[in-house]
Amino acid sequence: MLKVINLKRGLDIRLKVDAEKVLAASVEAEKVALKPTDFPGLVPKILVKAGQEVKAGDPIFFDKYNPEILLTAPASGEVLAVNRGERRKVLEIVIKADGKNNSAEFVKADPNKLSREEIKEVLKKSGLWAFLKQRPYGTVAKPESAPLHIFISGFDSAPLAPDYEFILKDQSSAFQTGINALAKLTDGKIHVGIRPDQANGFFSGIKNIETTQFSGPHPAGNVGVQIHHVSPISKGDLIWTINPQEVIYMGRLFESGKIDFSKIIALTGSEVVSPKYFKVIHGACLSNLLKKATRQEGKERIISGNVLTGTQVEADDFLGFYDQQVTVIPEGDYYEFLGWAMPRLNKFSISHSYFSWLTPNKKYKADSNLNGEERALVVTGQYDKVLPMDILPVFLMKAIIAGDIDKMEQLGIYEVIEEDLALCEYVCTSKTEVQSILRQGITLMIKELGN
Amino acid sequence: MKSLRKFIDKNKPLFQKGGKLAKLGSTFGAIETFLFTPNHTSKSGVHIHDAIDLKRTMTVVILALVPALLFGSWNIGYQNGLAFGIERSLIENFLFGFMKILPIMVVSYGVGLGIEFIAAQIRGHEVNEGYLVTGILIPLILPVNIPLWMVALAVTFAVIFGKEIFGGTGYNIMNVALMARAFLFFAYPMQMSGDAVWIYELPTKLPVDGFSGATPLAQIAQGTSAKMASFHDMFMGFIPGSIGETSTLAILIGAAILIFTGIGSWKIMLSTVLGALAIGFLCNILAVNEYMTLPPYYHLVMGGFAFGAVFMATDPVTASHTEKGKWIYGFMIGVFAVLIRVFNPAYPEGMMLAILLMNVWSPLIDYFVVENHIKRRLKRDKMKGNT
Repeated sequence: MLKVINLKRGLDIRLKVDAEKVLAASVEAEKVALKPTDFPGLVPKILVKAGQEVKAGDPIFFDKYNPEILLTAPASGEVLAVNRGERRKVLEIVIKADGKNNSAEFVKADPNKLSREEIKEVLKKSGLWAFLKQRPYGTVAKPESAPLHIFISGFDSAPLAPDYEFILKDQSSAFQTGINALAKLTDGKIHVGIRPDQANGFFSGIKNIETTQFSGPHPAGNVGVQIHHVSPISKGDLIWTINPQEVIYMGRLFESGKIDFSKIIALTGSEVVSPKYFKVIHGACLSNLLKKATRQEGKERIISGNVLTGTQVEADDFLGFYDQQVTVIPEGDYYEFLGWAMPRLNKFSISHSYFSWLTPNKKYKADSNLNGEERALVVTGQYDKVLPMDILPVFLMKAIIAGDIDKMEQLGIYEVIEEDLALCEYVCTSKTEVQSILRQGITLMIKELGN
Repeated sequence: MKSLRKFIDKNKPLFQKGGKLAKLGSTFGAIETFLFTPNHTSKSGVHIHDAIDLKRTMTVVILALVPALLFGSWNIGYQNGLAFGIERSLIENFLFGFMKILPIMVVSYGVGLGIEFIAAQIRGHEVNEGYLVTGILIPLILPVNIPLWMVALAVTFAVIFGKEIFGGTGYNIMNVALMARAFLFFAYPMQMSGDAVWIYELPTKLPVDGFSGATPLAQIAQGTSAKMASFHDMFMGFIPGSIGETSTLAILIGAAILIFTGIGSWKIMLSTVLGALAIGFLCNILAVNEYMTLPPYYHLVMGGFAFGAVFMATDPVTASHTEKGKWIYGFMIGVFAVLIRVFNPAYPEGMMLAILLMNVWSPLIDYFVVENHIKRRLKRDKMKGNT
């Protein structure tokens, strides 16, 4: 039976410019890197030294507290450096790619014929395990656990997000193999959330999954929102999530016995000259990609990910582990004379005190300006309008700030991670850093109650 | 503008840490950010922010108050004319009234903002925008004959004890403007109530024969409702009263602005009206005196009801913070406003006390709404466990 869930609350921020549905000629990255900072809460133990030759899929580091979580080289080549920051915290392990893409050898087998333990073993050894995330908390899944269900969001509703139908097409065989492997890891179901217009799309040809349709504005495509409406997380529940392209990695591994981390990302944003789709590997150095595609005026903000949840990077930085888009927007470090009183016809706002509601089809160029100063919370009811979940976000925030674990639990901290509340932060009149407060709360929960 | 910006940038180091005038940093910051929205960019979390900020929000509220302010100005001239038999044109009435309001506004803003700036400076915080609205609300809810020193005293009391001791804008428990009014109401009842205070110069000069100057609320409380103005006149606002409260029509224009921009809560406005109508009907049914027979909708156009419902009850900081709570909060304001009016002859205007009372209660309302929400979530978990 097809389930349809209509979400009313949320907001589609109308930004310039979406990627054109064209796969551009591939841009080879000279360097790739793994960044332990992409994994909240993970403490890396490094296994390689500078100068060492590695193949794709060779171990690079593991988590000190969960030694079974292993991260492997995205490409073959020579380890260039282990870059450290303050207090010797490892920031990135850089590999000089040799362009040959030699892969370490893994088991080649039909996952249907393998046992749960065998599949886990392959995923752990190849480094693919790190793509499985768990709810609560959005950290890398614990290999020794078994989730109630596995959730996959079949679309991304974030601003300028890539169209999954476009990036997944022609890969249904590898996807199906990946799903078959995942199905062995849970006694529950594999849930996939899709948009109504995808009813006859990519996922309609996939077996072994249960699809649910979600209509409505962002964050309808957030897997956390989808879980909330299909199988809400209570205390003690465990759900795993994974992204469709990462399921394809798994499929390729079982089909060929080799690692192939190539994925398609969207290069988007108002400062991109020709926004298109590109085939890259995670951790790829962005400089070659950006050199061709952006206005190089030095006043851009480059974001690995989308404008709501992405990470700010420099032009010679690396693509984030889980990211599927790169967004380039203007920096907003300018002053605006009496800005708060101006009509500001060129700015998008959810508020009717501006005029973007008059032009429902216009797309806007947004920059990184805060558009105001941080204040105590004054306006109420704002967050609720953009969160399609049965959660009181302001009260959850207050419980976190107060460090009240019981209240955090009761108000639903198990159900949300940063991306789910990102819109609350966007619309906030008082410019409160909602996502960072939420992560503080999650960190406290993990510290007090364990992961 | 560029030269102004240059001038600011040149002098900024003086006011920053280590500068000669660092002690005036908050003041400088307030002026700078008033002139130019700052160049701050996102450092964590989202990379883009909505264009709305607190300055914009407050500006919209002030805009919504303008119709009431304009009408109030005119009405001062008009009422004065009626009392002393002077004929003036529309413009003359307006100018006459505006010149009376202006000093009250100057004192309100001068004293209030002064305290805000000093408080921000002591804490080393930025100056908050809250007083921009409070500063205009206070003159609008006072009688025109109020001595200016009383305005200054009331503002000082309200800003310090109503807001700053709690931590400033966003942390106060009760509506600051109403705190100022309540202070005057209890400290100087002679200047805040009675028949003479609402019309300029009435206490000092002899009016034309038969003119009383009583507000409709006073008339009905005294049992002289036969002399009361018509519904039409009360709706339009051709009656004595606090400066900005008399014209329900002007207030409705403000309400439309607040509701359309989403800055004022329509839920609170609507539920306040519903509460007043409900208790008004109940009074009608049980009527034992003349006041209780008053048609419920009269309450909406009399006294400060409309002004309170639109501009005071909707103050987001002191109102209920939960959406469900807003319904209860507003409804109870309507109920109490009418109850106090009808059953407590000492307080002809119940709106002020009703709102202050519910301000104090709103955290309790929120507490129960949140507890209810938690219970529902627990129930959901239990249901799930059974399937």
